[in-house]
Amino acid sequence: MPLFEVRGLTHYFGGLRAVSDFNLAFEGGELVGLIGPNGAGKTTIFNLICGVYRATRGGVKIEGQNLVGLFPHQVTALGIARTFQNIRLWPEMTVLDNIRVAHNYRLSYGFLDTIFQTSRYRKEEDEIDRKSEEVLDIMGLRDYAEELAKNLPYGLQRKVEIARALVIRPKLLLLDEPSAGMNLSEKEALIGLIRWIRREFNLTIWLIEHEMRVVMNLCEKIQVLDFGETIAQGRPEEIQSNPRVIEAYLGKEID
Amino acid sequence: MKRYSLTFLALGFFILAVGLSWAGVLSPYLQLILMFVGVNIMMSSSLNLVNGYMGEFSCGHAGFMAVGAYTTSLLTVWFFTTGSVFGPNLLAPAWAIVLFPFLLLFGGLIAALAGLLVAFPSFRTRGDYLAIITLAVNYIVKSAIENVQPIGGARGFMGMGRVISGMKEVADLPWMMIWTWIFAFLTMLLIKRFVSSTYGKGIIAIRDDEIAAEIMGVNTRRAKMVAFMLSSGLAGLAGGLFAHILGYINPGSFGIMKSTEALVMVYLGGMGSLSGSVLSAVVFTLLLEVLRPLQLYKWVVVPLILILLMLFRTEGLLGHRELTDSFPHLKRILGLKEKGHASL
Repeated sequence: MPLFEVRGLTHYFGGLRAVSDFNLAFEGGELVGLIGPNGAGKTTIFNLICGVYRATRGGVKIEGQNLVGLFPHQVTALGIARTFQNIRLWPEMTVLDNIRVAHNYRLSYGFLDTIFQTSRYRKEEDEIDRKSEEVLDIMGLRDYAEELAKNLPYGLQRKVEIARALVIRPKLLLLDEPSAGMNLSEKEALIGLIRWIRREFNLTIWLIEHEMRVVMNLCEKIQVLDFGETIAQGRPEEIQSNPRVIEAYLGKEID
Repeated sequence: MKRYSLTFLALGFFILAVGLSWAGVLSPYLQLILMFVGVNIMMSSSLNLVNGYMGEFSCGHAGFMAVGAYTTSLLTVWFFTTGSVFGPNLLAPAWAIVLFPFLLLFGGLIAALAGLLVAFPSFRTRGDYLAIITLAVNYIVKSAIENVQPIGGARGFMGMGRVISGMKEVADLPWMMIWTWIFAFLTMLLIKRFVSSTYGKGIIAIRDDEIAAEIMGVNTRRAKMVAFMLSSGLAGLAGGLFAHILGYINPGSFGIMKSTEALVMVYLGGMGSLSGSVLSAVVFTLLLEVLRPLQLYKWVVVPLILILLMLFRTEGLLGHRELTDSFPHLKRILGLKEKGHASL
């Protein structure tokens, strides 16, 4: 059984077919890229998987468990974490609180435990504190723990966002344009970071990326999307020379 | 352990307020104002939970106050007094001492259930649209009560004074001062505990970015339900106290004006700041009393002060910060932990 499987995923926005018959399977441990021109439907696919939209047709499964129709927090609890194209931290919270709140998916205590501060509550909060600080240490963010998220520079915000996703202990990590808005040296650092967390946390990573340097450097396999349809897939060097991909990005040559 | 001196401060204030009322040092008028401060603290800090911490805009808080006020009052009057509405009393008036807090909590519970009227629409809509829904709920509650004639309709409902007299016959203590401030302190403690838990911080995440909250594992529907129910439940408690302080309620006192007062206190104190809400409830209540000699012109001066405040200090007295963030040395004086989330 594959770790993660998408079968015939199709989605309409009104009359517009945003994604049509998308297929994919991960055995586990891959690092795969999803590319395509603007508006090709890449982020829509991520949103369909996370439960932001409900797919019109098709199935998504992680370890055999169907995801279509679940709420986003339920998808998260099954081991899928993501980052966003334009960073979506909670800006008015400290970095540490950003990490803490991400533990909500597995809270075992309820409202009354918080009010009476039962031993179950205290035990779990201590555990959350410990784990949050551990994640910050691993990611080298300890010094910024008490900083408000909005006050961090862009590159660090991205790092916090990835740290927040790692809290969930994901089996599959979705990265939506992680290098967007970064300068050259930040991009280099990002490539290193993604390789490192993949090894460290034993992750399967699926990323959307516009920056070809990042995609070609990182990914073992690439899938290309145009107008919601898969037009090519394969190893980076195959993709680079694929005429349909060149056509999608640059347009057709006039005879 | 870490908040000993804060507890002592609260306890000291409580003993002083009750003691001075009991000894007759405080005039009945001053006692009334002191009790209104307590009720207003409950109103502003509970509304802050939704408007400040969760970032929604609820403007019908008085509706929930009305639900609590009427539920508790009807029960106490039915149980402990002989009157035209319910006939002879069910229990000896002395029982009120033991049962009053439970009936108050029951009123809060019913108000919390009424809070679901707002929580469910909030799953689908937010911002201005949700504000209009909350406004509508306020009107629904008010009009509904106005149209139930057996409990007085628009003329109002009374008899709570006799319930309090019943308590005073057993022990001559300023009972309402006691209950008001016990519940006011409990409200503060409860909100403080809620918003500093990982569970409660989920609602702050909703304010900052709802989609991110949902995708990063916060059950936003449950969080909204809890926040709205907690907020309206506490408003219901405040309503029950309010009704028994005055001894008389009518639907007119739970209109949009009352909701606006609660809103003003939240924005005056600063959104998402518990100490701000407490501070502004004190300031606002006292301000209204100090300006009483101006009579009708009070309602020119008070809004003017608010306009000036909003112009020069948009974020309210304390903004998103707590008292101890603005005055760090308070932390030492109050013996709070230096690091982490133990700010007041």
